[in-house]
Amino acid sequence: MALLDVENLTIEFPTRRGTLRAIDGVSFAIDPGEVLGVVGESGAGKSLTGAAIIGLLEPPGRVAGGRIMLDGKRIDDLSQERMRAIRGRQIGAIFQDPLTTLNPLYSIGRQLVETIQTHLGLSDRDARARAIKWLEDVGIPAARQRIDAYPHEFSGGMRQRVVIALALCAEPRLLIADEPTTALDVSIQAQIIALLKRITREHGTAVMLVTHDMGVIAETADRVAVMYAGRIAEIGPVRDVVKTPAHPYSEGLMGSIPSLEHRVERLRQIDGAMPRLTAIPAGCAFNPRCPAVFDRCRTERPELLPAGATRAACWLHAGGR
Amino acid sequence: MADIVLAASGVTRDFDVSRPWLQRILAREPRRTLRAVDGVSFAIPRGTTLSLVGESGCGKSTVARLAVGLYAPSAGDISFEGQALSSARAQPALRRKMNMIFQDPYASLNPRWRVRDIVAEPIRAFALLRSEKDIADRVAQLLTQVGLAGADGEKFPHEFSGGQRQRISIARALSSEPDFLVCDEPTSALDVSVQAQILNLMRDLQQRFGLTYLFISHNLAVVRHMSDRLGVMYLGRIVELGDGETLFRAARHPYLRLLLEAIPDLAMVGRARTPVGGEVPSPIDPPPGCPFHPRCPLANDRCRAEKPAHVVADGVEIACHAVEEGRA
Amino acid sequence: MQALARFLDSDFLYSFRRNPVAVVSALVLAICIGGAVLAPLLAPYNPFDLASLSLMDSFRPPAFIADGDASHVIGTDDQGRDLLSAIMYGTRVSIFVAALAIAFALTLGTAIGLVAGYLGGAVDAVLMRIADVQLTFPAILIALLVDGILRAALPREFHDRMEIWVLIFAIGIARWPQFARTVRGSTLVERGREYVMAAQVIGLSSRRIMTSHILPNVLGPVLVIATLNLGLAVLDEATLSFLGVGLAPTEPSLGTLIRIGNNFLFSGEWWITIFPGVTLAAMVLSINLLGDWLRDALNPRLR
Repeated sequence: MALLDVENLTIEFPTRRGTLRAIDGVSFAIDPGEVLGVVGESGAGKSLTGAAIIGLLEPPGRVAGGRIMLDGKRIDDLSQERMRAIRGRQIGAIFQDPLTTLNPLYSIGRQLVETIQTHLGLSDRDARARAIKWLEDVGIPAARQRIDAYPHEFSGGMRQRVVIALALCAEPRLLIADEPTTALDVSIQAQIIALLKRITREHGTAVMLVTHDMGVIAETADRVAVMYAGRIAEIGPVRDVVKTPAHPYSEGLMGSIPSLEHRVERLRQIDGAMPRLTAIPAGCAFNPRCPAVFDRCRTERPELLPAGATRAACWLHAGGR
Repeated sequence: MADIVLAASGVTRDFDVSRPWLQRILAREPRRTLRAVDGVSFAIPRGTTLSLVGESGCGKSTVARLAVGLYAPSAGDISFEGQALSSARAQPALRRKMNMIFQDPYASLNPRWRVRDIVAEPIRAFALLRSEKDIADRVAQLLTQVGLAGADGEKFPHEFSGGQRQRISIARALSSEPDFLVCDEPTSALDVSVQAQILNLMRDLQQRFGLTYLFISHNLAVVRHMSDRLGVMYLGRIVELGDGETLFRAARHPYLRLLLEAIPDLAMVGRARTPVGGEVPSPIDPPPGCPFHPRCPLANDRCRAEKPAHVVADGVEIACHAVEEGRA
Repeated sequence: MQALARFLDSDFLYSFRRNPVAVVSALVLAICIGGAVLAPLLAPYNPFDLASLSLMDSFRPPAFIADGDASHVIGTDDQGRDLLSAIMYGTRVSIFVAALAIAFALTLGTAIGLVAGYLGGAVDAVLMRIADVQLTFPAILIALLVDGILRAALPREFHDRMEIWVLIFAIGIARWPQFARTVRGSTLVERGREYVMAAQVIGLSSRRIMTSHILPNVLGPVLVIATLNLGLAVLDEATLSFLGVGLAPTEPSLGTLIRIGNNFLFSGEWWITIFPGVTLAAMVLSINLLGDWLRDALNPRLR
């Protein structure tokens, strides 16, 4: 059974000019120990989906439909109180900016020990020993000495390591990582990705990795979901989505990324921009930018359809035009 | 001899990072300086692109600002069209030949100005056109050239997406009819599909107007796509400088080799790799000798003590003892 | 027409209409200002017309208590002035002084803040230390000091004629540092933005960059401070007049009225000080509440 099961998730933002639907019928599942990459351009709704799963949607945003199941139990309708207990213990979270997760007033050791004690109920000594072990695990040199240091005494890369330790120290079964490497330099980014991969594999943690960086997804994820305008455009094994994308949007996205391996005269480009929430086109939201658009795309919205090894929300895969 | 648009030789730039005067006196601290750029030399031939690539704190953005005269070098010389940059900047006819494109499409356009006034600002500043009618026509032409509609001039910047704003920024840069554009991370704030649009546009414009680019980026793949020549910076120094394709095919400096090894790439699905260890040291307190030695797998005693000089081999300039000694 | 339509549809107006405190404050303020501006038309009497005053009418209590007189709704003062008319005219004086003083402080402070923030270095250090020193004294003390110096420096007769301008100058001088500090802070932020760099690259002069690029972008917070300071300036004027260094009792401002009434507070004629006092409090409170709302409405992060 899947560890996380998101069914038909819909997120809305009531505004004075009507209700905006930011996420519209998104469904996916993550198995234990699996890494699901969620990619898309800014405004596609990938971070919102992550926030909804950990119960940290910022008001006035709200889950307006569908359900989120963790380990067979529904979690999207829990009270703040119950959700707080699940956050940390069962779902860990890493965000782009480590400083938003770390409390600048407490030493990192205190934050780790507190989290470990709250969720695992260990004694002071055991919790501290466990915290030191975690810091060593995430590659903080001289962990025994540095455990009493404050967040500002660490560099950006080291801080993100601490955040990873903090997110995983209560041994959650699911980790939501939202752009965990975006704020870091390339050489540091590679270290953090390698670390995340190793640690989650060791602990069998399922990961939802939200990022706009296809390179990171390609190296880290088992499966990938490509989001566009609040819906999943394509979902499938990472190799297939990257090498043989079935949705014209994924195809354009992959083609627009400059490669290190070879140089091309012109990059593939998708003309135009993602629609604003106030003006999502009828039919397939991608149809005004799509090179393969035909009549049906303009009127009827496609659901995810089997397309080779992946599933794509595109009428091209409905058995011919 | 090639027609050089911009040349830098031995350019160094220090910043005073001391605490305010009173606090410094009370704490009896000496002045502290940060050497953001340390002895950088390069030349950009007309109609080509030189890219500078490196991680944060390597000084690449400082070089960009030095190149358009926003900062004055602490030491060394920069020349533009064969004249000292400062005297070139003093002549409007030469000053208008250089312009800049910025990183943040949200901060680079004055939010209180209409797009037509933003784009027309250089035209008015250099009095390139006098009548309002001519200016309006020219602005509409520029907006069309960058892929916007002429009528977009009536709108304000907040009505546009990030990619469209970057197009406006490019139209403004083109409006002074420049030969030379400094592009400081022009696509790093954009989504990849939009990045592709902007990079393609910049290449088209370069061919059409014979533009010369100094292109600053942290993204090696983007740099590979854009550059003729490439300089890799680390802690204020150019550690390797040469023809772009040569550098990508046969990188020699250990830093560039490790970077190329570290970057996630689409072609790398499922492959494991060895990341570079360590982090970039603080430029306020750089390590002695070669600045890269604490992270370098090839470092020896000489690297820890002696700053490597630039050596030219096969048209590539490299500052590395290991390469020089044949250890790499 | 189009601009009006845009304004009516704006988030700004929407946030105003959704905030009852702001609406009530604006209403109170509109009544105060309307009554003050239109005083010559609305007020039952002209309290500045000394010829019409009669001591026979003095100390009349408000109409709604015993011995009250319907011709003086809220009574009269020690000179026999109709209190309602005096308050309307007094508010007029108070608002005039406060508005001009703040306009003066705003202009001076904004100019100094722009220059200090944009040029930085020694210019910045000197200007800001002056502001710091001044900020360590209460504004009212500075105004008293300036008023005293001008009183001593100017010929007596000239000073009397220019009294109201001296008051405006004194309050304005006392209130510029806050504007300067705020504008300097915002200027420092704007100066580092890329649109300013773009203007520098094409070689625009510092003056041009300050006035056409930075100034329009730092005016938001200035507007908020101006509103909040307007309330304080009304109080400054009232305090100075209460202390007797403000305006003459012949053309009383709110402060002067309160001072006059204060003498009779314990002898039973409470209305002479209470009604001007309540007017002052209501006006200052609504200005402040409106300023608070404005600050939130202009702060994009709180939306």
